Amino acid sequence: MTPGGTPGAPGVVVVTGVSRYLGAHVAARLAADPRIERVIGVDPPESGAELTDLLDRVERVRVDAGSIGGLLADLDVDAVVHLALVSAPDPQHGGRAGMKEQNVIGTMQLLAAAQRAPRLRKLVVRSSTAAYGASFRDPAVFTEETEPREVPRGGFGRDILDIEGYVRGFRRRRPDVTATVLRFAPFIGSTADTTLTRYFSQPVVPTVFGRDPRLQFLHFDDALEVLHRSIVEDHPGTYNVAGPGVLALSQAIRRAGRIAMPVLEPGLSGAAALARSLGFGRIGLDQVDLFVHGRVVDTGRLEREYGFTPRSTAAAFDDFIRAHRGGAVVTRDQLAAAERLVLDGIRQVRAAARERS
Amino acid sequence: MTARPRREPAGGDGRYDVPLAVPDPAAEPARANGHRPVAAAVPVPDELDTSATDEALAVPDELDTAATDEPAAVPDELDTAVTDDTPGAVERAAVAPDGPAVPDRPGDHWDRKVATGLAFLRRRLAGEYEVDEFGFDPQITEAVFHPLLRLLYRDWFRTEVSGLENVPADGAGLVVGNHSGTVALDALILSAVLHDRHPAHRFLRLLGADLVFRMPVVSEIARKTGGTVACNPDAERLLGSGELVGVFPEGFKGIGKLYAERYKLQRFGRGGFVSAALRTGTPIVPVAIVGGEEIYPMLADVKPLARLLKLPYFPITPTFPWLGPLGMVPLPSKWLIEFCPPIPTAHLTDSADDPLVVFNLADQVRETIQQTLHKLLERRPDPFGP
Repeated sequence: MTPGGTPGAPGVVVVTGVSRYLGAHVAARLAADPRIERVIGVDPPESGAELTDLLDRVERVRVDAGSIGGLLADLDVDAVVHLALVSAPDPQHGGRAGMKEQNVIGTMQLLAAAQRAPRLRKLVVRSSTAAYGASFRDPAVFTEETEPREVPRGGFGRDILDIEGYVRGFRRRRPDVTATVLRFAPFIGSTADTTLTRYFSQPVVPTVFGRDPRLQFLHFDDALEVLHRSIVEDHPGTYNVAGPGVLALSQAIRRAGRIAMPVLEPGLSGAAALARSLGFGRIGLDQVDLFVHGRVVDTGRLEREYGFTPRSTAAAFDDFIRAHRGGAVVTRDQLAAAERLVLDGIRQVRAAARERS
Repeated sequence: MTARPRREPAGGDGRYDVPLAVPDPAAEPARANGHRPVAAAVPVPDELDTSATDEALAVPDELDTAATDEPAAVPDELDTAVTDDTPGAVERAAVAPDGPAVPDRPGDHWDRKVATGLAFLRRRLAGEYEVDEFGFDPQITEAVFHPLLRLLYRDWFRTEVSGLENVPADGAGLVVGNHSGTVALDALILSAVLHDRHPAHRFLRLLGADLVFRMPVVSEIARKTGGTVACNPDAERLLGSGELVGVFPEGFKGIGKLYAERYKLQRFGRGGFVSAALRTGTPIVPVAIVGGEEIYPMLADVKPLARLLKLPYFPITPTFPWLGPLGMVPLPSKWLIEFCPPIPTAHLTDSADDPLVVFNLADQVRETIQQTLHKLLERRPDPFGP
């Protein structure tokens, strides 16, 4: 046991990716937990400083991925939380090459360093349900044991498969470390800003013609809760983390009061590529695959082992709608008014016809 | 559309034409089945009162509840929206069941229809409906797809159904049928028939080939109506949650066979459906469907064209492709559907991986269907008879 740490809760925690939204919130929450002595946020040197107000109780170290090894050894780290993943290429940070550098090479170097950290006993890695790939022969609901049938076309999905491969290697070499892999469904919430929240914020939302994928979301606050529990409790293994229940894409768009614009699938891939090359829009093949196949996971294991059920996909999406109500094109009130108008019109016409006869 | 008068059982054996509205006494626990969502009542009345002769018993009840439910079923937002209309609607609704038909106020019936239809449309446009994890949307299935299929099976194919008491009213069941007809219309008809005629109004969750889920639009409809990819994880998941699952183990070999081979059951694959049933201890209900083979009699299969289009076969029928889109109209054959007694599997749960048990059981199912097909064919000398 580490001195100072309560059983299960680690003393010194390193969080990667604290300059990003998720990392900053996780680090801030850990720093507020009295059971944890030190929280050290690690960032690449060139990262921005937009979330500093959250991180006043977090020690921050700016170091590139290559020299993280010395850091972990010097600090007597008990737990590492790896959140520094990029889900879509960002032209300002090297595009797809930079994304792969950070996702795959960054994870590889972090895990290599963690392997040599003598006191390390806990590793929590952020993964994604993209690990299941996308294929027409997929079962409707993925459990943690489902193997992907096809390697995903999108860069993020491929990165996730690589990352999980490295974690498997790490588990073999350091069986004494509790390794938790969390496969998150896409985040959504009132404040989160992700590829999907931007997508649903548009007034007219492109969809794939003839497909109505089943989607699952995870409320951002529930993601924080699960990450926090993974660090202060012991939950070895791989877990799907998603809001129970399902929304069809068309249904989600209607609930958000947006208008769906079906696009033929080849056209959508091309349009996404064009938008990327022009520098706006970050919809990649990952999103196209998601919008063709959909993705639903079984969260039974999470609910059993963590004793925690995230709020349902529909509830998480409702929270997003409430925060983005301003952009709605068709509101429920308008629909109700239209219904009343049509009904009244029909009644009047029929009453007139009755009188005449 | 007028309802057809009920046909008397052909051979006089009382199993034919199970009464539609009166539930079998044994089917009492049907209410416990979670398959009557609240929204179910909304679109049904339209259908019920047109088919009044079929459902003479059920109509007064159904209309009554529909009428009184209707203002209540209108969700909160609308309540405020139609305040000026609501009292009238309530009054009418309260009056309508008392006075018969009310000839001097012909507006009531249509008014109700229009209001229900508009409310349904609004709920759809606002996304206020539920979809399960397989993408099944019971609301639109009942309101749109089943009425279309009902026209087809009742008025076009004059379908007669027997042995419905063999389908469990409650809990899981695996319905295994023969496949035929060039396009898999028999699966859709079977699901509509089961939902309409079974006392518990069960939904049949069909397992489809991955080709179905590869095609745009078709895949969307398949998922919305409760279908999913035929694979063991999905089958076991559905059976494990107490659903009625429909499977056609012949697959494309069944629907893609030539007319000359009609009603000859093809090979049953690897028997994956049997192991799914064994693993979950689900009874298997064989079902024989007669009539599907004649709807698109396939005279030839143009293999090179099929390969070019990446289809399992390319059919030539007396009408397709000669008549173009008109060739897509199915011929009006006479359909008979018989559900056979269920084969229990609960005692075999441990032998789900024993190939001998699996093959024997698959053979037993196959033989049952084949014999029932012969029996039904004897009862139907003319494929296009009344």
